[in-house]
Amino acid sequence: MKTWLAQHGRCFGTTFVKLARTPLGSVFNIIVIGIALSLPVGLYVVIDNLQAASGQLSAEPQISAYMALDASRAETAQIENRLKQSPRVQRFRLVPRDQALQELKQSSGLADVIDSLPQNPLPDAFVISAKNNTPQALEALRDEIAQWPRVVHAQLDAAWARRLDATLRFGRLVVLILGGLLALALVAVTFNTIRLQVLTQRDEVEVIKLIGATDAFIRRPFLYYGALQGAAGGIVAWLIVSGGIWVVNHNLGELSHVYASLFQLKQLTPGDAGALLLLPLALGWFGAWLSVGRHLSLIEP
Amino acid sequence: MWTEVFPAFFLDPRSSLLNPMISLSHVFKRYPGGRQALNDIGFTIETGELAFITGHSGAGKSTLLKLLVGIERPTSGSIIVNGQNVGTLQARAVPFLRRKFGLIFQDHKLLFDRSAFGNVALPLEISGYGAKDGARRVRAALDKVGLLKYEKAMPITLSGGEQQRLCIARAIVHRPAILLADEPTGNLDADYATEIGELFRSFNQVGVTVIVATHDQALLTQLKPRVIALRNGALAEAA
Repeated sequence: MKTWLAQHGRCFGTTFVKLARTPLGSVFNIIVIGIALSLPVGLYVVIDNLQAASGQLSAEPQISAYMALDASRAETAQIENRLKQSPRVQRFRLVPRDQALQELKQSSGLADVIDSLPQNPLPDAFVISAKNNTPQALEALRDEIAQWPRVVHAQLDAAWARRLDATLRFGRLVVLILGGLLALALVAVTFNTIRLQVLTQRDEVEVIKLIGATDAFIRRPFLYYGALQGAAGGIVAWLIVSGGIWVVNHNLGELSHVYASLFQLKQLTPGDAGALLLLPLALGWFGAWLSVGRHLSLIEP
Repeated sequence: MWTEVFPAFFLDPRSSLLNPMISLSHVFKRYPGGRQALNDIGFTIETGELAFITGHSGAGKSTLLKLLVGIERPTSGSIIVNGQNVGTLQARAVPFLRRKFGLIFQDHKLLFDRSAFGNVALPLEISGYGAKDGARRVRAALDKVGLLKYEKAMPITLSGGEQQRLCIARAIVHRPAILLADEPTGNLDADYATEIGELFRSFNQVGVTVIVATHDQALLTQLKPRVIALRNGALAEAA
């Protein structure tokens, strides 16, 4: 056990030296791996943040029902009564046409234009929350309300949120595919690096095979190299993504100030960072293992 | 000094003087393509013997050495090294067979990316020696071949004779029971060759089985070993 540890420790040391001895080649390899990894990770961060933001925007879907422009107070009150009695309605809010006009005036900065209108163009409206929020139940409720007398139009406000949700789910799929492809690329890059190393160290491999080295002993430094290179690529990817998030947040500060909403990208969690270190490490190890197994058997003294 | 480097041999229970170190019987080797390299070879080398395998190039010397260390397998026949049948050895057992040998090559096969010390330490690294105990052994081996003062030198800066002696130091550092040399003096001047011959004699005197494949007549007259002569893949005479 002690000799095993000592051998591994020594091997780790010499591998590190080997990486450091060819700094330019190693650095470029590591940068390639880092950039390749940072693409899906960056996209993942953006999608994750958008999802969180969309969750804040529409916690629950609502139905908006608009009365006819010439509907009377009594007719509006009748609909109000119906909503109160409906077992499928959780709660609702009446937005009278005058109040809606006032709100529009205040929020849009179009006060002058609105003042110049001959009459109020807005109808009375109800904002309704359903008891059952499944898409089918919501659509059924919307269709029912739309048929009530003097209701001109009823619409489901959750539609855009659902569209966003579907888009985000698609984005996640893209991240997965991209991640898978780039993981494959990492394995391929490592495979090739190790292939070149095995070939340039052909004589050395031959000699140590002759003097009694086991295959495990010969394989070990190459596996360490692949794993170390992968992990270093993971660290580079982490730096790229973290730096990117920092830069974006710095600039979003101004943007969100203008829009008076606080939208900030969240940094990677320690768990994410750990995965970003271990996954490339494992992939690098795997690529090296494939390559070394393939190429060592070709070298026989 | 020298007995200190080699006590492992005396402690190995299998290397008793009663059992032959190497024993071949009816060994044939035919390479793919049909060339018959070895034809019914049979001989025995006792523990602690000094034996030369001679013959012209193409006589089968190299093939014989390759069979002994498991680089090639015999087509038929049995090769017993230190109680193990090399011909039927599993691939994963071959490295451990090779650790019983100290191999000396005509072209040295040194690694040029590490120092003399690093080259000699290689067999100990492979068999998992502690760095401290290992360093002591490496220096003892370097001292034995007279290269202790060059332990930090890179092999490329050493002369041909020094490189050959470095190769010998690497072969003996792990105290093998058998020293196997392939044309050890092939590229050397007569003076250097005599030095190498004396080294072989001293190893043999402390009980190491020494086998040298060579056609160097000077080395033969110097050491007066037992001679196993090969001619066209067959035994010419068994002395």
